[in-house]
Amino acid sequence: MDNKNDVIEIKNLNKWYGDFHVLKDINLNVKKGEIIVVAGPSGSGKSTLIRCINYLEQFQEGQIVVNDVELTDDVKKIKAIREDVAMVFQHFNLFPHLSIVDNLTLAPIWVKNTPKKEAINTAMEFLERVGIADQAKKYPNQLSGGQQQRVAIARSLCKNPSIMLFDEPTSALDPEMISEVLDVMIELAQEKRTMVCVTHEMGFAKKVADRVIFMEAGQIIEENTPEEFFENPQSDRLKLFLSQILSH
Amino acid sequence: MAVYNKVETREAPSNSKGMVYWLRANLFSTPLNSAMTILGIAFLFWVIPPFIKWSIIDANFAGSTRADCTGDGACWVFVRAKMDMFMYGFYPEVERWRIHLTYALFFVVIASFKYLKQAMPKIIIAIIYFIIAFILIRGGFFGLETIDTNKWGGLMLTIVVSSVGIVCSFPLGIILAFGRASKLPIIKSVSVTYIEFIRGVPLITILFMSSVILPLFFPEGVTFDKLLRALIGITLFQAAYIAEVIRGGLQSIPSGQYEAADAVGLSYWQKMLLVILPQALKVAIPNLVGSFIALFQDTTLVLIIGLFDLLAMVQVTGSDSHWLGFETEGYVFVTLIFWVFCYSMSVYSKSLEKRFNTNLK
Repeated sequence: MDNKNDVIEIKNLNKWYGDFHVLKDINLNVKKGEIIVVAGPSGSGKSTLIRCINYLEQFQEGQIVVNDVELTDDVKKIKAIREDVAMVFQHFNLFPHLSIVDNLTLAPIWVKNTPKKEAINTAMEFLERVGIADQAKKYPNQLSGGQQQRVAIARSLCKNPSIMLFDEPTSALDPEMISEVLDVMIELAQEKRTMVCVTHEMGFAKKVADRVIFMEAGQIIEENTPEEFFENPQSDRLKLFLSQILSH
Repeated sequence: MAVYNKVETREAPSNSKGMVYWLRANLFSTPLNSAMTILGIAFLFWVIPPFIKWSIIDANFAGSTRADCTGDGACWVFVRAKMDMFMYGFYPEVERWRIHLTYALFFVVIASFKYLKQAMPKIIIAIIYFIIAFILIRGGFFGLETIDTNKWGGLMLTIVVSSVGIVCSFPLGIILAFGRASKLPIIKSVSVTYIEFIRGVPLITILFMSSVILPLFFPEGVTFDKLLRALIGITLFQAAYIAEVIRGGLQSIPSGQYEAADAVGLSYWQKMLLVILPQALKVAIPNLVGSFIALFQDTTLVLIIGLFDLLAMVQVTGSDSHWLGFETEGYVFVTLIFWVFCYSMSVYSKSLEKRFNTNLK
């Protein structure tokens, strides 16, 4: 297999929470510029899997290589990987004590030593792109959920990451706000930035994903192109899952 | 099926606002509350007029000796005559400008903070201020006469002890709180042991230990300033309480904040100092100020190791043979000063809470 273009390589990943086997023999390679959607019922380990990629979760067995750096508990390697891998969370996790623009400039200024002026200019550019430049001076709690999530996406873009992880970015949003966040994500996907998205938005998966992965009970059950995934599911478990989420 | 017209907003009915509504809702809402209100007002009528009569109407204000105490009420002449003792203890009169200058510089520093946005210059200015304050008050440098700490006393000593206690215990408390929240077992257990040990011992014991037992361990001839020992004791004591208050704040921060800080690539100290601590302190402000007010009042305990703070000065001045029997006036006066300081801290805490409130304003 040609691994040259693989920016994420996960080999035989196993993780336990105490005695609970949450990830089982996960093997997954992601190519540069690939858009991966991870689907599956809740508790299937999707979030845990992507949280392992930037080492928010530690794992007991297996190997994760990100941009040719192998993840170990070496602080320098973790730092190197986190500088290149951005994450968007379900609950946004903006820093409530900082204004929107300060949320965006915090990491560039302190982690990458970017001069303040330059950091602010970059921040404003990204806020412009997600359509909330006019809110830059406000605080996170003054914004709606959809706006906060767009700020969170802008924040993660500020360090110009080569890989973006999305952990159920629309699950905590009111229905009318989901599309404004998905629009931003679709735009990002069209730039061919590497993205791994845990999401229940199957419309998003159909539209932009290169591959869709179905997980259940800590395992990858099925992996396919979106067309095949939705039109021609192989396993019974995926058929059941699709019938449950698409029945309404 | 039905379609409804839009309803315009109207003003609230008049019986749901105004003075009468407020009285009824807050003071006379139930028979029990009405009874409590009447009892409370009766109590105030019973207590306040006699106090005003004693402290103002029948009181003596003018004069300079005991012979001027002619009225039935309070004799504030005593407080006036002993004012220097209450304010400065035995600090020599000709050198008191040094204390006044230190107070004045304090307000200059506070004013400068208004114009400084970042934390670092503020911290540096505060440290420089404390060094200047030490040189000014104690002397021994630049031709200033050394004023030994056993001459310090009164309000000035209370301020020295409490401000040094507050300023030194605060960073120590933060470090202890971080230590207690740490995942590293040694750091965690050292912090927990320290905090639980200190909290299990009364402040009096710690002051005794630092003033009586500690010198036993020093070689003969080594003396260690009594005030300094008290300051160290109070700082170590207060730090444990501050640590617990800040820990309460740390625990209120959702794990998502830690994860987000990690995910954007901040180091441990950046994460703690830039993201977690500011939020934790904001939550902890009311309890922190509560601790500081308690510390301000606890400074009166330094009396037992032979330091004469503001409260102790009532005893000292009251035992003057020319002025026997005027402790009541002294205590009332000292109470007023304590109240002014503690209430100021309380008001300051409220304004801080308002300033740091970033929720929907």
